[in-house]
Amino acid sequence: MITNETLIKVEGLEKAFGDNKVLRGIDTEIKKGEVVVVIGASGSGKSTFLRCLNLLENPTGGKIFFEGTDITAPKVNINLHRQKMGMVFQQFNLFNNLTILKNITLAPVKLGVMSKDKANEKAMELLRRVGLEDKANAYPSQLSGGQKQRVAIVRALAMNPEVLLFDEPTSALDPEMVGEVLEVMKQLADEGMTMVVVTHEMGFAREVASRVVFIDEGVIAEENTPVEFFANPQCERLKDFLSKVL
Amino acid sequence: MTAWIVSDFFSFMKVKAQGLAELLKSGWVDFVDEFKLNFIEGDRWEWLLDGFKNTLLITLCSCLLGIALGVIVAIVRSTYDKTGADMKKRGGFGYRLLAFFNAICNIYLTIIRGTPVVVQLLIMYFVIFASSTNGTAVAIVAFGINSGAYVAEIFRSGIMSVDKGQFEAGRSLGLNYIQTMIHIIIPQMFKIVLPTLCNEFIVLLKETSVAGYVGIVDLTKAGDLIRGRTFSAFMPLIAVALIYLVVVMIFTALVGKLERRLRNSDH
Repeated sequence: MITNETLIKVEGLEKAFGDNKVLRGIDTEIKKGEVVVVIGASGSGKSTFLRCLNLLENPTGGKIFFEGTDITAPKVNINLHRQKMGMVFQQFNLFNNLTILKNITLAPVKLGVMSKDKANEKAMELLRRVGLEDKANAYPSQLSGGQKQRVAIVRALAMNPEVLLFDEPTSALDPEMVGEVLEVMKQLADEGMTMVVVTHEMGFAREVASRVVFIDEGVIAEENTPVEFFANPQCERLKDFLSKVL
Repeated sequence: MTAWIVSDFFSFMKVKAQGLAELLKSGWVDFVDEFKLNFIEGDRWEWLLDGFKNTLLITLCSCLLGIALGVIVAIVRSTYDKTGADMKKRGGFGYRLLAFFNAICNIYLTIIRGTPVVVQLLIMYFVIFASSTNGTAVAIVAFGINSGAYVAEIFRSGIMSVDKGQFEAGRSLGLNYIQTMIHIIIPQMFKIVLPTLCNEFIVLLKETSVAGYVGIVDLTKAGDLIRGRTFSAFMPLIAVALIYLVVVMIFTALVGKLERRLRNSDH
């Protein structure tokens, strides 16, 4: 499913919070159809890297090209590009004031991507896919963590994005709910959705990723196919990290 | 002996009871007379009614004006607090405009919260709108501007207490800053601030009782006018107090209902 078409290109990405340099120059390319899993110790900068990709964090250096456009350039309308980059958060962040259906249709309708009827239809179809069509008129507070996260994925999908960014999507879930969310993500990967996933789920990385990236101290310390990555880790830091998490 | 004491006691009690009944009766007659004097004669109840209408009109209109001003000021201030530092780095016209509006809002808050509402009302009536003859309109503007300052801070604290993730989720879908504010942040903010906002309305309702300073006959002034005419203070002033009290109680009950309905979304 992986094509040769570059979707996101990152050049020398840097991000500092005050004096704290979190990212110290990241270079990578994400091709259409790739599933890139980003792992690393906490505080290594992996979440910051992901949040820089759609400019939820403003990089302090370097460039990010999305579909060939440098989105870090000052004149760029980032909102247009974000429509094509869905994001799923650790804390779900469903809109508490809206029903599940409205959560999903708000952006497509308000941004004029589709008509209200079309959006409702699409939302119901997606909800059916994740087995939550009976929750369409419920509020987020009435759902379990796993259900919320599945809705969050649907909400991102409703915009027909080119890429989905997952920021530790299962870290805030009870253990018995992790599976249902990973299952949805796996399906998406099988269908050829381009995904960048920050996670601690090594099983998911091994099984679903087309490439695993290890971020350490703000740089990409190692990247490889999952088989090589887990069987033959090269750098010491990665060996050390894997010995702790596996 | 015992019988004598008992009968004496009963006759004593009878006299006492008669006295009390008479007292009550004359008291009741006094009360009715007073009531007639203060409210029925010369249709003085109409004064209270007209005053009450004015009080409600001024309160409702200035409350709406206050909320409108409050939302704008709160959005400017919280936008500056949230994104000012980021925008400053990039510089440009947008940042300078935002900083300018933020400064104006701060001056507004400082002046309004730093001076008494009566003084503001007097200045509005006798200085700024000295040529206007419509006292009620001037009072609405004065109380609205005053209330806006307090409402702005209520709203700002509400906006700041909506979870940051809600904002990020909106932006990540491609909604711009204003769309995210309107559809996601502000509805949640209203729910958070509703009890405090209700309190501000109650404060405003009672604050309008100083409107008499600029010749407006509101509820308080109407009661006071009746007192001046009838030379009896008890009835009109207690009536005025009761009307305020009843309005506040009704309003509190309504807001309670609204709060329960809004809570539907967080079971």
